[in-house]
Amino acid sequence: MPELMQFLLSGATVGAVYALVALGFTIVYNASNVVNFAQGEFVMLGGMITVFAFQAGLPLPLAVLIAILAAAVIGVGFNKLTIEVARGAPVVSLIIITVGASIFIQGVAQVVFDKQLHRFPSFSGDDPIRILGATILPQSLWVIVGAIVVFIGLWAFFTRTLVGRAVLATSNNRIAAQLVGINTTFIMAFSFGLSAAIGALAGVLITPITLTSYQVGISLALKGFAAAMLGGMGNPMGALVGGILLGLLESLTAGYISSQYKDAVAFIVILTVLFAFPQGLFGRSSMERV
Amino acid sequence: MRLSKQATLLVLAALIVVAPIFFPSGYYFRVGSLLFVNSLAVVGVVILTGYAGQISLGHAGFAAIGAYACALAPVHLHVHPSIAAIIGAVLSAVVAYLVGRPILRLKGYYLAVASLGFGILVSMVLANEIAITGGPDGIKVPELGLRAVLADWGLELTNAQFWYAFSGLVLLVGSWLALNLYNSPTGRALRGLHESEIAARTVGVDVAQAKLVAFMISAVYASVSGSLLALQNRLITPDIAGYMHSIEIVTMAVLGGVGSVLGAIFGASILTLLPQLLTVFQEYEQVMLGLVMMLAMIFMPRGLLPSIVGLVRGRGE
Repeated sequence: MPELMQFLLSGATVGAVYALVALGFTIVYNASNVVNFAQGEFVMLGGMITVFAFQAGLPLPLAVLIAILAAAVIGVGFNKLTIEVARGAPVVSLIIITVGASIFIQGVAQVVFDKQLHRFPSFSGDDPIRILGATILPQSLWVIVGAIVVFIGLWAFFTRTLVGRAVLATSNNRIAAQLVGINTTFIMAFSFGLSAAIGALAGVLITPITLTSYQVGISLALKGFAAAMLGGMGNPMGALVGGILLGLLESLTAGYISSQYKDAVAFIVILTVLFAFPQGLFGRSSMERV
Repeated sequence: MRLSKQATLLVLAALIVVAPIFFPSGYYFRVGSLLFVNSLAVVGVVILTGYAGQISLGHAGFAAIGAYACALAPVHLHVHPSIAAIIGAVLSAVVAYLVGRPILRLKGYYLAVASLGFGILVSMVLANEIAITGGPDGIKVPELGLRAVLADWGLELTNAQFWYAFSGLVLLVGSWLALNLYNSPTGRALRGLHESEIAARTVGVDVAQAKLVAFMISAVYASVSGSLLALQNRLITPDIAGYMHSIEIVTMAVLGGVGSVLGAIFGASILTLLPQLLTVFQEYEQVMLGLVMMLAMIFMPRGLLPSIVGLVRGRGE
């Protein structure tokens, strides 16, 4: 039993990170109908920038803040320079552009930073906490609580604030939103910035546990996408549940079946979801306008 | 703008035959055959992406199936390496069918991610199943033996020359088949669903079936290119299934112009030759690759060759 508990706790921790990446996908997808394959790179940037700012002597909280802001700026810039310019391009072109951005950011990170694995100290020390015979790192609690706080914050933002409602309106119907005076160009830039910041936060929270390097982004993007799809593309609640579920599946696979193939779980989830229920757990069926 | 089938094949054949005159050293036969191997996989992408408008970020997985078939089948099934390459191609088609069936019913993003996951899965299996695949260190591939046969007939070629000629020949055949497909009923169906799936369905195209066919054909191209690479390198590692290899294949195609065979081969030439010419490219390879992908898609969505041809003819883009 303590064994199972242990797997569940570690699954929830990585699951919370997948949920944050999936939330990032969801926000951008809702605002622009683009699936941003560079989403994982913001997670990488969050971790890497924090590492190097911290090593340069900045206090950790400041380093974290700089990393998240930098990622948000890069996200906005990426939108301005590529997605906005290529507006209306076919899906295949958008995929290649965002994958290109992902490779580009990786390449730059590898030149600007380095190819080593890095970490910075945990926020609240490394003494494990005992729960029901299993142990959990304080940093894991940071990750899980962080994901929950982000989720509640987003919920409040989207339902309680004017800008948040403008984002929702834009995702529902772009032209109608423009007609009532919403600056949809700003909304798109904002959404890219917000999703990059959330990605970077995920990278900051998880780095003390899993370490980071220039190439962690790709697999996180794949898993975040799997999580978003599992929950239903475009649904924030689905992103959260999908993320946690994927994390648990992975951790149980690693524990009971094979640790070598735990990374295959995301792929199998994608195929199963596509085959059995393409709308995901919380998704609505969508129609294409002709 | 579009060259006729015969003209395309003639240009290609002429380039393959004439290029060696300008080779400063024997090493360039090796670069040339690498270029042909890459081009073959890229021609497969032309069918999938250029004709049918679908995308795959996992074609390196099929290249790996073709490559490892050449390494493993001769040892375990005691067949000739050429038969092994065919086994690899058939296996790739079957795998493409199984993977493609659930995902091709859906839109671009899902195909991209699922194929990406497929490629990663293949490289994971190759790196982990050390007892069979030799793991990350790779595995030896037997000699094809065709060069010895040619030598018996009095045609003495160096290893590099042989592979240059042989890969070039396979590329020509592959291009010929792809060009034939363009105007066939299947090719028309693929181009139709590229423009509008709904319109294609309305005129009676089985969209899911057509996409699946394109996916399987392009998988076979990738598989054969992987087999050729394995047979000439005589050693193969799981890197061939890597994510970056998949991306390179797609980038080559879209850079040159994914709509035509010649354009795609042009793109493959640029991305194969650049690293040879610029040694600084090494460190900045990823940066360059990413930039090329973004810039090409934003400013020249149809690719370099069509854009250049358009400029030359004074129409501009």
